[in-house]
Amino acid sequence: MKKSQYKALVDILTYVALGLGALTMLLPFLWMISVSLREPAQQYARDLIPNPFTLQNYVDLFEDLPNQAFPYLVFNSFKISLLAVIGQILTCAMAAFVFAIVKFRGRDFLFALLLATLMIPPQVSLIPNFIIFKYLHVIGTQWPLILPAFWGGAFGTFLLRQYFLTIPRDLVDAARMDGASLFDVFWRIYLPLSKPAVAALAIFAFKDSWNDLLHPLVYLPTDLHQTTLTVGLAFFQQQLQLGGKFTVLMAGAFLSIVPLLIIFFVAQRQFIEGIALSGVKR
Amino acid sequence: MEYGLKPLGRERLWLWSMLTPTILGLVFGTIGSLLATLVLSFFDWDLIGSPVWAGVSNYVALAQNHAYIEAFVNTLTFSALYVPGVVISSLLVAVLLNRKIHGVGIFRTVYFLPTVTSAVATALVWNMIYGRDTGILNFMLQSVGLGPLCWLCTDHAMTSVVIVNIWGAIGEGMIIFLAGLTAIPRDYYEAAALDGANDVQQFLRITLPLVTPSIFFQTIISAINAFQAYDYIYMLTRRSGGDSSVPVAVFSIYRNAFHFFRMGDASAQAIQLALLVGVFMAIMFWWERHYVVYE
Repeated sequence: MKKSQYKALVDILTYVALGLGALTMLLPFLWMISVSLREPAQQYARDLIPNPFTLQNYVDLFEDLPNQAFPYLVFNSFKISLLAVIGQILTCAMAAFVFAIVKFRGRDFLFALLLATLMIPPQVSLIPNFIIFKYLHVIGTQWPLILPAFWGGAFGTFLLRQYFLTIPRDLVDAARMDGASLFDVFWRIYLPLSKPAVAALAIFAFKDSWNDLLHPLVYLPTDLHQTTLTVGLAFFQQQLQLGGKFTVLMAGAFLSIVPLLIIFFVAQRQFIEGIALSGVKR
Repeated sequence: MEYGLKPLGRERLWLWSMLTPTILGLVFGTIGSLLATLVLSFFDWDLIGSPVWAGVSNYVALAQNHAYIEAFVNTLTFSALYVPGVVISSLLVAVLLNRKIHGVGIFRTVYFLPTVTSAVATALVWNMIYGRDTGILNFMLQSVGLGPLCWLCTDHAMTSVVIVNIWGAIGEGMIIFLAGLTAIPRDYYEAAALDGANDVQQFLRITLPLVTPSIFFQTIISAINAFQAYDYIYMLTRRSGGDSSVPVAVFSIYRNAFHFFRMGDASAQAIQLALLVGVFMAIMFWWERHYVVYE
């Protein structure tokens, strides 16, 4: 076989393998959308293209959930996730700046300690945190989901620190000559210059909070007006187990992933670079 | 500490205020919690009365608790299947994408989709796909003369859950490996090709050794995720009574703490999970010293 023929053959095999894999990745999403566009009587049909096609499930979603909870669920998820994003950006960026730029005794020890916490499973914090929040009388409110976002975190701090380290130090020295304080350097130089990394952290924080299931299950009341979209959908599915309109459930599932799909398509580069950056050993 | 700005005078105050949230996180979120959980694991407490000293009895009870042993073994089995599954499949996808082909961006987006979207939402549709009589997967199997399988019954539930978890994690691994692969200089391959090395030899002698740092990193990330796996498993295997056909360690901790209010037992289980992570990390760092190649 000639070399060019061999290369063409390997190329074809590559496309076939990647294509089959891509189909496996996509099929559940296509199926979700397909079922959400069917008549309830057709929910188990085997055709991908809905026949007949209907948007009624998206209307029913607002009626079928107990207490007409869907808009509340969406609002709660947005509120908690946005606050979590603000908390993570502020607190992680401040710590990352200090660890990357400022010289003080104990810095390296503190940073190593923070990184070591990456290995502690979050489930270990679950019980002590529950007890703290119980004594603060905030179980059943959304505070236990929001407050922890404001106490920093190893992942976000590490991610931003890695980026801060790439910013040329001459900028800082020049600003210091002009009498800029530490906070000025942070607020006027580092934060504005680090938009890609900050965006990456924002996306991760939003995604983690939006998709969280365990913590809302633990902390929020079963009242569907106060809980999040993930808990609401899980509850709705359980309600349907004995037979019901899974078409409506799929409409809810699809709407629940739309915000993340939009963010992902708009900011794909930041997202992917953020992950790649976190994997770089320095 | 080769470089660093010196805080001047009152700026020390700024410095420590900027670190305060992180220090609070260490005290309340991670290190403090680890210690508090350790202390709690030596008590019996239902959250209402006062905690009663229990010594090591919670740990002894775990060794005789069949439900917990089942959950712990399930976590180990799950991890043993999931970690190699994610590492190998995402490395494979990354290697294929790293060939000079068209449409890399589109493939990358598609493989990454499950990583972005919530496990709850996609588990809802996987539940339908896995359906015994109504699911599309059994329909496809039957059309080639196989099945039907009861995907989410006790016999197959572990496999089915592992498949979905791998499906959901390939994207992230792929990105890590692509970053590692693109860092390998092209001239290494050109030099090897001149010496007559074929594709397989190039992969085994150049790619694989030089991508070991990414394999190391991805194995650690996957294992930590595996020990904590919860969302897909909860969504796919929970039963009406509140238990699960594939109870894992996290599920058991959650049930003990927040359904039965046995804080001591739940804390002892959490400590065991943390120990498992610790032992695993120790093994990985030993492995790193011997097998990981850093340029």
